[in-house]
Amino acid sequence: MVHCEDRMSDIAPTEPLAIFPDPPPPLLAQTLDLAGYPWKAVSNAAVAIQQEPVDGWAGAVISAEADPEAAFGICRALRKRDAPVDRVLLLINGSQLSELELREDLFDDFCLSPFHPQELEVRLHHLFFRTGRTTGPEIVEYGALILNLETYQAAFGNVPLDLTYMEYELLKFLVTHPAKVFTREQLLSRVWGYEYYGGARTVDVHVRRLRAKLGEEHAGLIQTVRSVGYRFGQTRGAISR
Amino acid sequence: MTSQSPVDYVLHTVEERGLKFVRLWFTDVLGSLKGFAITPAELEGALEEGMTFDGSAIDGYTRVQESDMIALPDPNTFDIVPGRGDDSPVARMFCDIRHLSGEPFSGDPRHVLKRNLDRAREKGFTFFAGPEIEYFYFRSETEPIPLDNAGFFDLAHTGIANELRKRTILALEAMGIPVEYSFHENGPSQHEIDLRYSDALSMADNVQTFRTVVKQIASELGVHATFMPKPIAGAFGSGMHTHLSLFEGDVNAFHDPGDPHGLSKIGKGFVAGLLHHAREITAVTNQTVNSYKRLIEGYEAPTYICWARNNESALVRVPTPRRGKESSTRVEFRSPDPACNPYLAFSVMLAAGLAGIEEGYELAPEATNNIFEMSADQRVSHGIASLPQSLAEAVDVMEGSSLVAEALGEHVFDYFIRNKRAEWDSYKEQVTTWEVDRYLGSL
Repeated sequence: MVHCEDRMSDIAPTEPLAIFPDPPPPLLAQTLDLAGYPWKAVSNAAVAIQQEPVDGWAGAVISAEADPEAAFGICRALRKRDAPVDRVLLLINGSQLSELELREDLFDDFCLSPFHPQELEVRLHHLFFRTGRTTGPEIVEYGALILNLETYQAAFGNVPLDLTYMEYELLKFLVTHPAKVFTREQLLSRVWGYEYYGGARTVDVHVRRLRAKLGEEHAGLIQTVRSVGYRFGQTRGAISR
Repeated sequence: MTSQSPVDYVLHTVEERGLKFVRLWFTDVLGSLKGFAITPAELEGALEEGMTFDGSAIDGYTRVQESDMIALPDPNTFDIVPGRGDDSPVARMFCDIRHLSGEPFSGDPRHVLKRNLDRAREKGFTFFAGPEIEYFYFRSETEPIPLDNAGFFDLAHTGIANELRKRTILALEAMGIPVEYSFHENGPSQHEIDLRYSDALSMADNVQTFRTVVKQIASELGVHATFMPKPIAGAFGSGMHTHLSLFEGDVNAFHDPGDPHGLSKIGKGFVAGLLHHAREITAVTNQTVNSYKRLIEGYEAPTYICWARNNESALVRVPTPRRGKESSTRVEFRSPDPACNPYLAFSVMLAAGLAGIEEGYELAPEATNNIFEMSADQRVSHGIASLPQSLAEAVDVMEGSSLVAEALGEHVFDYFIRNKRAEWDSYKEQVTTWEVDRYLGSL
């Protein structure tokens, strides 16, 4: 384990991981302690949001074994943050694998339970190695498009883009996940939340509105992927529309 | 997503953009847009508790003894209205109107529509609407002089019409109101802009924004835009054909691939409901004396209560969806005109359609062309009714309708009937040019 802590030192987070359930399984707590990850147990999504450190959760290890509904609820809540929590590791048992379908965007990796402490550690390490911490104001850029996640402002260069709240939320989600295809259902669940009633047609309506506001020149940034959904960003062969 | 977020978004944006005013918009019973401006300092309080205002100043709101009301802005409707010329931009939000107690005010048209949409939602339906709005540009608001058949002005004014159209569409798109426009000249200086479908509440808000933007841009260029249904006798009138559909989750409830017209049982019920209650809801969809000058034969406006797949004069048109475009199955209700209150008009269309579904009304066979060639007696013997011929008739029919009373709520229903009777009484007193021309010399 000494070797492991050495290796951790350059990427180990100072902020805690959110852990579910509360109290966590003893083996999970012990593994994290030994690997040098600070953590804090949360009992539900509201607590996870309420207790989020000022600089955000470093990540999360969420066990879906006992109460999958609450577990996915927490994942969803963490993803909905202005700066979404980027390192969400799910613990599930073998019979729950099918529940991962259509929830791909709620977690970054998963580990089968009962887990081997070393496997969990390696997976966490891998997540931290891969994503790195971001600091400073949350600015996301794509070409000339700039989103300031702190002030909720979008602009092309110096020209501000006037958006409604949901248009902004949709654009933010797309810009922070470029080049990836999302189904309408995924966008609905990630941007609006599952409780929203309007159905996937709502997504079409908002994409259409957003394209109108982006203007002819930039409308092609949001591409329709036929019979699948939408993708943000230019690809070869899709210069306009 | 916490419920605070849209509020945060509004507060941040007003600050970041340095906006000096935020306009709060709401609609009176007759469909006029009302509003007042607040400063950023008042914004947070307004979003939390609403702004108190004198409701007795608003048509169809309160009696004087209970005049104070609250306008509570809906932060989800926050948007920025492009400034005039060099003016700085202004933000606006639509408001829900409440009593001081916080109870929703039943005379608020936006509340009326929300209530009807909730009823549809209880049955599992989301209601979508897509209007095609026609209007005229005139040189002034006192005389209907068109821009584009004005002799030597032709060239200059054609330029203005193009400029108007371009600016209007850019402004609408910039406000997130997608346009599928067409531009036609059935009437001189007449324009049509088709709005891309949206859920009915957003669409009613959009129609209010649309009318404002069209008029504002016209006035910037010294031109008057009007949504008067029939400004010029002998020319085409302005309608607001509205495409309607119901969705159950992600599925278009109007579509049935097994049906020859692609129309499901629900879709047929909805059309049957629209036809069955058409006479009752006409006062709401066509609410001015002038509206009935449009609903005459010969100008592609509907006059008889019938449906067809492809007939420009039918009251309800059921376009056959293209293969692969099944989700676009919809019905087009063609009587409404752009002077209606969109919140109330969408409410009664929805209520009529839902009644058809719930009561299982039978859909009459599709109208054939000869309906329009039949004599009045022949139509009666075929059971084909006419739309009301005047505002007076429409209000009389509406007064007996429990469907409309329920859809609008007693407050709006009573006020509307009183107001429209008064409008008719005032019209009745007039002696028109037509009467003078026809009778003065010969009688």
